[in-house]
Amino acid sequence: MISLEHVSKTFGAGPRAVRALDDVSLEVRQGEIFGVVGRSGAGKSTLIRTVNLLERPDSGVVRVDGRDLTGLSSNELRQARHEIGMVFQHFNLLASRTVAGNVELALELTGVARDERRRRALEILDLVGLADRAESYPAQLSGGQKQRVGIARALAGRPKVLLSDEATSALDPETTRSILELLRTVNRELGLTVLLITHEMDVVKTVCDSAALIEGGRLVEQGGLVDLIRAPGSRLARDLFPLGPVPETSGTVVDITFSGGSADRPVIATLARQHGLDVSILGAAIETIAGNQAGRTRLEIPGTGDQIDAAIADLRGQGLLVEVVSQPSEGVRA
Amino acid sequence: MNNDPTAPGFWSDLAEVLVEATGETLYMVGVALLVTVLVGLPLGVVLVGTERGGFLEAPFGSRRAGVVINRVLDFLVNLGRSVPFIILMIALIPVTRLIVGTFIGSTAAIVPLATVAIPFFARMVEIAIKEVDAGLIEAADSLGATRWQLVSKVLVPEALPAMMLGLSTTVTSIINFSAMVGVVAGGGLGDVAIRYGYNRYSVTHIIAVIVIVFLIVMVLQTIATRLARRFARRSFDSRGRTRGDEADAARELVSAVDDGLLPGGSRR
Ligand SMILES: Nc1ncnc2c1ncn2[C@@H]1O[C@H](COP(=O)(O)OP(=O)(O)OP(=O)(O)O)[C@@H](O)[C@H]1O
Ligand SMILES: [Mg+2]
Repeated sequence: MISLEHVSKTFGAGPRAVRALDDVSLEVRQGEIFGVVGRSGAGKSTLIRTVNLLERPDSGVVRVDGRDLTGLSSNELRQARHEIGMVFQHFNLLASRTVAGNVELALELTGVARDERRRRALEILDLVGLADRAESYPAQLSGGQKQRVGIARALAGRPKVLLSDEATSALDPETTRSILELLRTVNRELGLTVLLITHEMDVVKTVCDSAALIEGGRLVEQGGLVDLIRAPGSRLARDLFPLGPVPETSGTVVDITFSGGSADRPVIATLARQHGLDVSILGAAIETIAGNQAGRTRLEIPGTGDQIDAAIADLRGQGLLVEVVSQPSEGVRA
Repeated sequence: MNNDPTAPGFWSDLAEVLVEATGETLYMVGVALLVTVLVGLPLGVVLVGTERGGFLEAPFGSRRAGVVINRVLDFLVNLGRSVPFIILMIALIPVTRLIVGTFIGSTAAIVPLATVAIPFFARMVEIAIKEVDAGLIEAADSLGATRWQLVSKVLVPEALPAMMLGLSTTVTSIINFSAMVGVVAGGGLGDVAIRYGYNRYSVTHIIAVIVIVFLIVMVLQTIATRLARRFARRSFDSRGRTRGDEADAARELVSAVDDGLLPGGSRR
């Protein structure tokens, strides 16, 4: 639905130039919620702003719904933007208009008749749960309510794609959860494709089907969440289930990643019974991701040599992802 | 006619003169204000738009055109604001004659009045529009707004409270200058002050003129501050937080009005 092909963008020139996007290629499938995570300054906002060409890339192709936006005239681009809704971290609502007026703005721009505008605005406000605040002004609303108005405005023109740049970053955890639920709802009920930017792993865990990690303008990882969890050495998976730093210990430390069917297998009991190993749990993180239980456990296994190798081979044979993070002989291996 | 209040016919003469002069002043100020808004508002909008990164930075597809337009308008505005009014008024005589046919009388006075007020108001508009959060422009762009829609549906409505305050100051200065056009026989209250107050030294006339001018300014400012307050009210939430400095300024104004420091307050 959204595809970026070899997109690059540099701000400024000479020694002060900042390469905000460096050969970024990304594919968001129809109907999914795709999350992009990264540190401050990594290029997240620049990335999402290239999708509706608020930021024009220096090179590369931006396709939305099969159409290359970079080749459009400014008039055609305006038309194309009607199909792409966007919500912002600071809501960006008009203080001079009521809640309904803000939503209607989106429709006024496309020339929808007044009665129809009104009807549509109330309908969409109902969807976001703000039907009773239609005549309030934004200043009279809470942050969460303002963001609901922002979402309603973005959805009013029935877009195919919703872009969200840190839509929950100015909100408290509780409100964040309710806004994420709303995004999930519109994603399901309207079949909307959502591309969201966040620096919070929790947001990815809660709503995303797929995710990408951006660092210094480069996409270093991307894929379906379930696949990422199964991928050995995935940084996203590690960030999703943080187990903290590897402790100083004399034993062997392994991280086991569970996903799908393997999550409910009695791993520790198996190790104890079949291999006679007395393991201890150093940390664990278990979540439901994209409808599947998934998680990671960090175990310390005492003993040395063949016994442990056999146990690890056995676990891998069962389809578990096992990463040895520390071995007594070789010291710490990250 | 004389300046002795005890002389027969003095008060009825005074009343007649004042009524006519007040009418002339209101006419001059009213039309000049109208012209000022009609010209100054678009001028301010274009000044902001043609700046670097503005929504009109490349009119007709040319950035150079944007730079030239911006420089020229900026220069004209600065010029209009720095030339003392009395000099401007004299310098404009040929222009006035060309437009109105004469340079004497209330209608002719409108030309210098509007000329001095337009740059002033255009700057006010410019400042007010610059205060509009860049995020709103971004939101309008993301919704596929045309430039005209951006100006008419986002920038101007959002800048309205600040522009009302600017308008209020502009009116006061137009009234101020309208008194000065009495010098070139522009009529109005200034003319009365010069003819009766200065040439014949009638204290009564001077006082009457002061009272009337004061009343006009007060009434107009009351209207403007009421409007500004009505627009600005929307930008406050229940905890008194606001969006942006513009709203802060407006809130200060509103509380001043509420406290009865300015006219128009509904004291609670
Ligand atoms: N208009 C601009 N002009 C110059 N440099 C810019 C501009 N926009 C972004 N940059 C630079 O590009 C880099 C990426 O910025 P971007 O806003 O995309 O980061 P981000 O990941 O969204 O960060 P944050 O989490 O803080 O919002 C930064 O180094 C930033 O300074
Ligand atoms: Mg950002």
